[in-house]
Amino acid sequence: MTLRKIFFLPNLALAGFFLFCPAAQAADTIKLGVAGAHSGDLASYGIPTAHAAELVVKKVNAAGGVLGRKVELLVEDDVCKPEVATNTAAKLVADGATVVLGHICSGATKAALGTYRDARIVVMSPSATNPELTLSGLYPNFYRTIASDDAQARLEVDFALNTLGFKKIAVIHDKGDYGKGLAEFAKKFIEESGKAEVVLFEGVTPGAVDYSAVVQKIKRSRAEAVLFGGYHPEASKIVSQMRKKRMTTAFISGDSVKDEAFLKVAADAAEGVYASGPRDLSNNPLAAQARQEHREAYKEDPGQFYLEGYAAAQALLNAIDKAGSTDYEAIRTALTAHDVATPVGTIRFDQRGDAVGVGFTMYQVKNGAFVEAGK
Amino acid sequence: MDYFFELLLSGLTRGSIYALIALGYTMVYGIIGLINFAHGEIYMLGSFTALIVASVLHMKGFGQAAVVFCSVLSAIFYASAYGFTIEKVAYRPLRNAPRLSPLISAIGMSIFLQNYVLLAQTADFQPFPSLIPEFPFMEPVAHIVGSSDLVIVGTTGLVMLLLHLVVKHTRIGKAMRATAQDRTMAMLVGVNTDRVISATFILGSALAAVGGVLIASHIGQINFAIGFIAGIKAFTAAVLGGIGSIPGAVLGGLILGWTESFATGYISSDYEDVFAFALLVLILIFRPAGILGRSEVQKV
Repeated sequence: MTLRKIFFLPNLALAGFFLFCPAAQAADTIKLGVAGAHSGDLASYGIPTAHAAELVVKKVNAAGGVLGRKVELLVEDDVCKPEVATNTAAKLVADGATVVLGHICSGATKAALGTYRDARIVVMSPSATNPELTLSGLYPNFYRTIASDDAQARLEVDFALNTLGFKKIAVIHDKGDYGKGLAEFAKKFIEESGKAEVVLFEGVTPGAVDYSAVVQKIKRSRAEAVLFGGYHPEASKIVSQMRKKRMTTAFISGDSVKDEAFLKVAADAAEGVYASGPRDLSNNPLAAQARQEHREAYKEDPGQFYLEGYAAAQALLNAIDKAGSTDYEAIRTALTAHDVATPVGTIRFDQRGDAVGVGFTMYQVKNGAFVEAGK
Repeated sequence: MDYFFELLLSGLTRGSIYALIALGYTMVYGIIGLINFAHGEIYMLGSFTALIVASVLHMKGFGQAAVVFCSVLSAIFYASAYGFTIEKVAYRPLRNAPRLSPLISAIGMSIFLQNYVLLAQTADFQPFPSLIPEFPFMEPVAHIVGSSDLVIVGTTGLVMLLLHLVVKHTRIGKAMRATAQDRTMAMLVGVNTDRVISATFILGSALAAVGGVLIASHIGQINFAIGFIAGIKAFTAAVLGGIGSIPGAVLGGLILGWTESFATGYISSDYEDVFAFALLVLILIFRPAGILGRSEVQKV
């Protein structure tokens, strides 16, 4: 215990000391910190982002840098471990990072964020999906270019309340981690919005031979829409039984329902069902270009979170450029104020730090196929 | 009050589904005192057979009536063949072994059949054509009770009646009852008990196949695992009603269906299984042999 304290105190002092230094150090170059797993068993999650940062920086520097200054990379390995990530963060702060791209794993990111926040450094993760990171409000310096785990629920609720204008929603789930998690977030968002009420919140038993009792209950609740968290076998059974009972209640669900198997099994009953699903990036020329750059530079296809990492690096440097300075508040304002075209789409950030227009979009079944809703 | 009747009806459908499968459990148990855990898999095999036959006939352009007739008939035939074979292969050699051995053999058979279908048909849910048409005369009440509910409830009633007649008024039925009462004694008076047991398995499997086709048509999808949950619930229903008793299986199925339906309707579907099994425990405390079961002195 004593030993640990002895090691801990100087660290703190060091971090405190460098708190006042970044501005002075960053005068010559803009330092883009890159933190994530670059070794160890989760290295495959972190290395693509490091590659992305390298490619983006090379391109930006070739075009004259940002604010007339060259961009320099500071790459640090946190092996996706929270206890290492705090040290990684302290090191990056000490080295005078202007902004940080990272970390990769949610746990490591959470551990490191406090250090950056106290040092007033903007952090942007391409891969940390834990909802609490933005939802808790504890880390105003945190942004991400990937949809958080609750993004689907948020999107579905927004869609049901604002686009379709429903006032009464029945939230049904399958009691599993995925389904219940989605349903609980949806319920919370509906209640917070104040625009609609949750008239029913129920879990059904997966694999049951018949769901007519719960369907009767939905009917009785006079819900205008059913928001379902769960997998497609239950979704198709419930929606088929609803249609058999001549109910026209809308059915809204998540990415596990946006599946060919659902269309095949639910057949006619699937018509008109809404489901959120990953945004289709195949038509984005920037994504194709980013992938091509990777293939040229590293002679292989990019790995996981590469596009998100690429987008984050672009968004960070773009924000510094738009802010016209490396000031913490100015960068934060620029992130929420300006759109930036990236491989994951044209994005900007909301007040919580989540990228708007990234990850998921709503689909609807029309003539036996999923098409983007409203198109 | 409408809501109450709606729940009553949905419980009736669900209960009839359980009852159809429970009949097979109860018959086999009545005759040889074995819980045939592979029964749920027979039900699953029946529905797969119907699916395959129906798909082929649909492709060949047969009419709806012909498709239904052929697929139900082939499901019954195929499932009965399986039931007959399973008994020969997995239970007959263990006839005189300790009680636990055929039970383990039954569980093994269940796992074997599930994996066999998993390999042959993949784990994906397959869409099942709706063999039960939407009757035009049901349209005014379709929002409360569908055509398939009607067919399922009707079939269960009919099957129970037929089974009752077979057991009480035919030669093979008499032999079944004799075997159930005392196998050795039945053998001594000239009953071919092996043949009776085979007949029981064939009959039970045929019922499971009928159930499989009806239920698959009702819910519109099947995969290799559907037999497991249906089997567990039907087994519960059989125990509830008094295992070994044919009217008991139907009564047990209905009570289980209504309990689940009302628990879902008035309390929460999160707890439907909790209520179903709480009821089972409660009934078994007061009537250890089930509602219609006779507590007999154990013969074994």
